[in-house]
Amino acid sequence: MHSLRLVNKVNVTSAEAVSRLRLVDTATRCISTTAYRSSGKPEKSNKPAPKSQSFVMNMFRGHVQASQVFPYPQVLDEEQVDTLQMLVDPTTKFFAEVNDPLKNDQLEKVEDQSLEGLWELGAFGLQVPQDLGGLGLNNTQYARLVEIVGANDLGVGITLGAHQSIGFKGILLFGTPEQKAKYLPRVTTEKQFAAFCLTEPSCGSDAGSIKSRAVPSPDGKHWVLNGSKIWISNGGLAEIMTVFAQTPVKDEKTGEVKDKVTAFIVERSFGGVTNGPPEKKMGIKCSNTTEVYYEDVKIPVENVLGGVGNGFKVAMNILNNGRFGMAAAMSGTMRSVTKTAVDFATQRMQFGQRIDSYGAIQEKIARMSTLQYVTESIAYMISGNMDSGSQDYHLEAAISKVFASECAWYVTDEAIQIMGGMGFMRGSGLERVMRDLRIFRIFEGTNDILRLFVALTGIQFAGAHLKELQRAFKNPAANLGLLLGEARKRAIASVGLDSGPDMTKYVHPELKPCAEQASKCVADFGRTIETALIKYNRKIVEEQFVLNRIANASIDLYTMVVVLSRCTQSLNNKSPSAQHEKLMTELWCNEASARIEKNLKALSSSTELGNFSKMANISKNVCQNSGLVQSNPLGF
Amino acid sequence: MARVLVGVKRVIDYAVKIRVKPDKKGVVTEGVKHSMNPFDEIAVEEAVKMKEKKLASEVVAVSCGPSQAQETLRTALAMGVDRAIHVEVPAGEYETLQPIHISKILAKLAQEEKADIVILGKQAIDDDSNQTAQMTAGVLDWPQATFASKIEKKDSELHVTREIDGGLENIKVKLPAVLSADLRLNEPRYATLPNIMKAKKKPLKKITPKDLGVDISPRIEIISVEEPPVRQAGSVVPDVDTLISKLKESGHV
Repeated sequence: MHSLRLVNKVNVTSAEAVSRLRLVDTATRCISTTAYRSSGKPEKSNKPAPKSQSFVMNMFRGHVQASQVFPYPQVLDEEQVDTLQMLVDPTTKFFAEVNDPLKNDQLEKVEDQSLEGLWELGAFGLQVPQDLGGLGLNNTQYARLVEIVGANDLGVGITLGAHQSIGFKGILLFGTPEQKAKYLPRVTTEKQFAAFCLTEPSCGSDAGSIKSRAVPSPDGKHWVLNGSKIWISNGGLAEIMTVFAQTPVKDEKTGEVKDKVTAFIVERSFGGVTNGPPEKKMGIKCSNTTEVYYEDVKIPVENVLGGVGNGFKVAMNILNNGRFGMAAAMSGTMRSVTKTAVDFATQRMQFGQRIDSYGAIQEKIARMSTLQYVTESIAYMISGNMDSGSQDYHLEAAISKVFASECAWYVTDEAIQIMGGMGFMRGSGLERVMRDLRIFRIFEGTNDILRLFVALTGIQFAGAHLKELQRAFKNPAANLGLLLGEARKRAIASVGLDSGPDMTKYVHPELKPCAEQASKCVADFGRTIETALIKYNRKIVEEQFVLNRIANASIDLYTMVVVLSRCTQSLNNKSPSAQHEKLMTELWCNEASARIEKNLKALSSSTELGNFSKMANISKNVCQNSGLVQSNPLGF
Repeated sequence: MARVLVGVKRVIDYAVKIRVKPDKKGVVTEGVKHSMNPFDEIAVEEAVKMKEKKLASEVVAVSCGPSQAQETLRTALAMGVDRAIHVEVPAGEYETLQPIHISKILAKLAQEEKADIVILGKQAIDDDSNQTAQMTAGVLDWPQATFASKIEKKDSELHVTREIDGGLENIKVKLPAVLSADLRLNEPRYATLPNIMKAKKKPLKKITPKDLGVDISPRIEIISVEEPPVRQAGSVVPDVDTLISKLKESGHV
């Protein structure tokens, strides 16, 4: 039975979640009694529902799992803080004095001296162990340095990120000791670029459907790779590539040979590797993006990364592992564009007053500041979780990517608005940032796919728990504790004596009202998911209008809790900015909880549901007409 | 080959806006970004270059101050200095530490370490004393070449170009000697991140002025530190005639 295997495997990733929508069907089906009975399949397993330390995962079943969110992670020891402080200055100085983002943008390449400087600086090997040529930083230290990069030059950020966040990350995560010893010094001290080669013309979000294929050579010593990749960052520069291709894999049980994705470490020097010209892009122009072609490339068998047939897992782990870095970079971007806008607003006089004295501008600055605060809080919460050894951070990481890329876009847009015509001019530096930012909502899992991933994975998890409850009803005597607990929870909730989950005990007393809001939202959220599961049953996977709203509510809810945690820490430590942080936290919680309520209510509102089908129809009409259906009011 | 001793001072970063403490006994240093005195960076760069050109066998950096001075020493180590000496002076006493004290400490260390060349920044950007190099040479009774903008070693002498009012002066000094670095001597390198990591493993020795037999009892008492006077706000005049009459009024024309 597919469903059981699947529901236990909760760490599925975006493309995986979506490519397996069909299978999720069977998982979700189980939670509805009627549908389940009609399936007629025997109850195969009494395995307990999956456990997860993830806050986001658990809030889908209305449960507060506080271990990863409270208290706010503090993972650096004194020595690590000390090291990091030493690294921040020279990195900041490098970007202020050597790198010229406008010049890079204009040249559509990173200036030679700048690129050489970045290698010298050690920026290309931040997380590689020191004995293999890197700096050996953990994720939190990495985040802090990436924040500086994001504040200065996102194009350079992509050049660095394509190299280490994805390019050779697979070797760090899945490489054998031999692979690490052979390749990590090459991508650090020997200054060879790395690239991550997954995307193909026919497969963007649907990464499982790649066409590149490698077959074993007759002597069994090599794999022979053929295929082509598109939009590969550093594609024209890379000597070392992590390449994903289909390989024939024999099923041990059935003997059937099927194609499965395998990851390979490919060197350009193997021969048969070529690339196209650099693509012309909207932004991050200085980063190198090309097609890469593989023609009868002979890859030694020892260059398989992470095992034959495990390529999909390798790819998704690499991407999951790197997402927090985007939130860190975007925090830096927002910090810097806000500074530019505020410098302007506090100088500019209009109608006899500085424009920062006007409410219209104040609202913008307040929102910009708050969104940066939320994003930065998420970035370091996730890096902290990862550094503490968490395995359950995938939904959080997906949220961080979606949220950060959208906030950075909004904040930069508002920064330009504050500066008016000045912001539109190239010299302000903001128009470049705006162009650079656009891709962040698209690459490494589009925000749309990641939203579905968050919603579906969470729903799957909640579904598994409901199923466990259902099983318990079949054998009440053995599961009395579970049933009584659940009965109490529901009884209390239904008579309104208790709002359910309670987070007030984790937060600073001054934030108690906000924690109450968040607790109520968790309870409402869990109830809504349960209702939706019962209502849509197996069809939930097709309800993308619904799933989108669930995802948005989950993002709002997670971010509320994250800022409550960070602000609690600041208040407890009596940090100089604590009261300012409290203002932003209160603003965020008030507005986010209102949005959550609206999004959750939409799922049971006939007007909203009606709007979903209206929208589906409008879109259908437009698509059938190959463009807008209406002509203009003049009729021609 | 020569052994070079280079002095480095931890100062409030040049980009920081300085604020006077409410008690007017000094400036606010807590939570304020500090970095290596920029002229000392130039001195370190010159010393490291000498090592790279095989003119120097070893470069030793010295800093006097509270424990945070070690941050500055580590920056020097990351730039290529071989080892560091931290002369520990508690924060309270550090406030009244003057060039005369530092000169005595440096002179003593120059002798103990058998240094052939002492290079210092021409002045620190916090107190702007511009005395330490001169006094150190005095205490040691060594020749001095201050405000150096070019240093070349020829045989056992150094040929130094000095920036003076109205031009450049070329002088020769015999070793051992004390030099002070001016702005155009070189462009200091960045401490790269891998070198910062490696610097953590380089030796850093801690000693006190007492160990060196230097008395650092204060020669001065800080009576009051004042903010510079705030510039008076200007006003906009409607036309040129008003401007001229105003200027006449105030006696400017």
